[in-house]
Amino acid sequence: MSKQNRENRSVSELVQAGLKRRYRAEKRFRLCGIAAIVISLLFLVILFADILGKGLPAFRQTHIRLNVFFDPAELSPETLARADYHGIVKKSCRSLFPEVTGRRQKKSLYKLVSAGAPYEIRKIVMTDSSLIGTIQELWLTAADDLDMLMKGTISRDPGGRFNNDQLAWIDRLEKDGRLRQQFNFTFFTSGDSRDPELAGILGALSGTVLSLLITLLLSFPIGVATAVYLEEFARKNRWSDFIEVNINNLAAVPSIIFGLLGLGIFINLFGLPRSAPLVGGLVLTLMTLPTIIISGRAALKSVPPSIREAALGVGASPMQTVIHHVLPLAMPGMLTGTIIGMARALGETAPLLMIGMVAFIVDIPKSFTAPATALPVQIYLWADSPERAFAEKTSAAIIILLIFLICMNASAVYLRRKFERRW
Amino acid sequence: MTSLLPIILGVLAIVGYWLGRQRSRKVAAVGGGLVRLHSRPAYHGALTALWCSLPAAVIYGVWLVFESQIVTSLVVAGLPEHLQALPSDQLGLLLNDIHNLVSGNIVSQNSDSISAAAEHFSSLVSISHALLAVVMLGFAIVGIILALSRIKPSMQARDQVEKVVNVLLLICSTVAIFTTIGIVLSILFEALRFFQKIQLSDFLFGLKWSPQTAIRADQVGSSGAFGAIPVFTGTLMIAAIAMLVAVPLGLMSAIYLAEYAPRKVRTVVKPLLEILAGIPTVVYGFFAALTVAPLVRGFGASLGLDVSSESALVAGVVMGIMIIPFISSLSDDVITAVPQSLRDGSYGLGATRSETICRVVIPGALPGIVSGVLLAVSRAIGETMIVVMAAGLSANLTANPLQAVTTVTVQIVTLLVGDQEFDSAKTLAAFALGLLLFIVTLILNIIALQVVKKYREQCE
Repeated sequence: MSKQNRENRSVSELVQAGLKRRYRAEKRFRLCGIAAIVISLLFLVILFADILGKGLPAFRQTHIRLNVFFDPAELSPETLARADYHGIVKKSCRSLFPEVTGRRQKKSLYKLVSAGAPYEIRKIVMTDSSLIGTIQELWLTAADDLDMLMKGTISRDPGGRFNNDQLAWIDRLEKDGRLRQQFNFTFFTSGDSRDPELAGILGALSGTVLSLLITLLLSFPIGVATAVYLEEFARKNRWSDFIEVNINNLAAVPSIIFGLLGLGIFINLFGLPRSAPLVGGLVLTLMTLPTIIISGRAALKSVPPSIREAALGVGASPMQTVIHHVLPLAMPGMLTGTIIGMARALGETAPLLMIGMVAFIVDIPKSFTAPATALPVQIYLWADSPERAFAEKTSAAIIILLIFLICMNASAVYLRRKFERRW
Repeated sequence: MTSLLPIILGVLAIVGYWLGRQRSRKVAAVGGGLVRLHSRPAYHGALTALWCSLPAAVIYGVWLVFESQIVTSLVVAGLPEHLQALPSDQLGLLLNDIHNLVSGNIVSQNSDSISAAAEHFSSLVSISHALLAVVMLGFAIVGIILALSRIKPSMQARDQVEKVVNVLLLICSTVAIFTTIGIVLSILFEALRFFQKIQLSDFLFGLKWSPQTAIRADQVGSSGAFGAIPVFTGTLMIAAIAMLVAVPLGLMSAIYLAEYAPRKVRTVVKPLLEILAGIPTVVYGFFAALTVAPLVRGFGASLGLDVSSESALVAGVVMGIMIIPFISSLSDDVITAVPQSLRDGSYGLGATRSETICRVVIPGALPGIVSGVLLAVSRAIGETMIVVMAAGLSANLTANPLQAVTTVTVQIVTLLVGDQEFDSAKTLAAFALGLLLFIVTLILNIIALQVVKKYREQCE
């Protein structure tokens, strides 16, 4: 017996000896877990901070105040649409700096004003032709390089984008109070442009809204109908198993394959117009359907059988049971699944690239068959542009896209919380 | 005009519904009250609306699908002899001009015969539209009259309506099957055309990917090498780097959230990790190309390494960040599904928490975790925008993550967004790559789903 005691004691001593090491290992493991979460969230924070930091300056645009003389010799009421507004802008620049001579110097002076300034003047005088013959002080859009200078993105080093003359003129303009930064309305009211200071997201937003409208109108009814049929009416045989495997696979197919499908069938076989929101909407519908079907089936499964049996007991037909009793109770789950599917379709780029929505479209699309682009594709196109100012425009467009996504996901979470019923 | 027709049909259907309901109420009143009817008045109204709208809608769809072909062939038959004998692509250009003239666009060439053909076209189209309107509305009204005449108390309107709804539901659920068939057919068809020009063994086992084909016979640089191995190794390398980042971070996050975290931390952190999955991939691509790549390049230069600005490392790391929530949420689900009895047994024997997790819970949840990793690999292989914006275009066969490589998805995008004609081997190569991508992701998904199914059977 004493030998057993001795052995028992040594076993418990052994355990005691190892405890410290095991507790340390436990702490290390726990710290690893916390570190993993912290690193992942850190990535998220860095991403958002980077996008916000790059994109917020894009919501302000530098303007120059020029004294514009609406010369009656140039502008007569008949030729108002085609007068030489470029010349008027150039004259206003020269009137501010009368000491500028020589062609090269004058060209550097004109570079401070945006290429769209003549069109702004044209619009003003065409709406109010009583201005002809007067001198007006107008705030016109500054060139993109000047805008970047004012925001500090490019430096004032003499060897940089601006020569010494231009820097001296810019300092004088600032001292005279002729430079100011205003809210960038152009970003929200104009379509794409090759000049960053004139580029906006209205065209891309309209294209996205039109495409998503088609996606919603097509995918919600078809998705709900499929979920209802598969869950309630289909007999459980090999055919329905096959459909179920099929839908699960479709949910995991890469999005670019749907683009190839759209290219091969909708554009080549059916002859639908390339780059139209109609085709974009159809491709996004096919992508969103599996998500809506899977979440719809889960929602229908969660309705307890007692509801169905009660309806059947009162004398309803199977179709009436489903449509009048089960479906309304499963509708919140289906709606949240639809919103999540729509949010995913909003951010998809690759399939839209395949069906041709990658062209440079300046006009705002007005119908489902007009050529259009979408917001994620616009972001992709701008990210490739060489001008420095496009980097901040791209980040600003990303901010708008993320705001939409946050709204949609927040509404899905809110709906889920509000209508969730525990049976 | 034709866009008004569906609206008119809709209005007629509503009128038919109302008429059917009224008539059924009248018939019931004669017979002794609503209780004599087999089906409620709403079903009689619905049946009338269906009789009105369904045949007309079918006619509308079929008519529009075949209208342009029939009108075009009639116009071609009406062209003068010498124009009809043109080779098919020139005839196509001529038809384009006629279409442009009709819709008011700019034409490339104009002549009397083209203007005459354009007028012929517009007159045929207006005749066809007028005919369509008459036929559709005729069928709709005849349908309403027929349905109204058959309304009786004993008529089983509800059964008929429900049968129609059943058929409609069935048709909707075949859309998913047609999608898969469409994907397979469209990709297979074009890929087969590619394999007629390039050997399958060259494609699968060739080591050089340089998809140039000559537009003219004597063009320089027209060697077309279509060996896909460098492209696949690029994809696998970037996917491997992404997994190296995502699996440890995702798994440890899932373990902490499932086992250690207090309730409040879990309800806050889990949605935050889901946000990582909801950010569009184009945003990740922009972040990788404009922020991460210069940082990595500068860091590498300070260490003396030659890092390309489109290195596989950058694309892989950013893709890994995107995949973290996939692995984290899937692993979280399977870890919480492991029965508590297993954990309790382990604690009863004196194991610490980490030992329980490493030796009991994870082995128990391993099939689920493995299937989650497989699904994540499939997502990484099919990911497009991050690699299009952050990875390169030249097919390097290398194991060095600091060099630029290209992937299957990048090649598909570049080949199809470019400017070669659709028939050349260069553009068709994109479909061949797409076919292989589809097959690989399909196999991975099937294996993952099978593993989950077998695991669920084991547990129950």
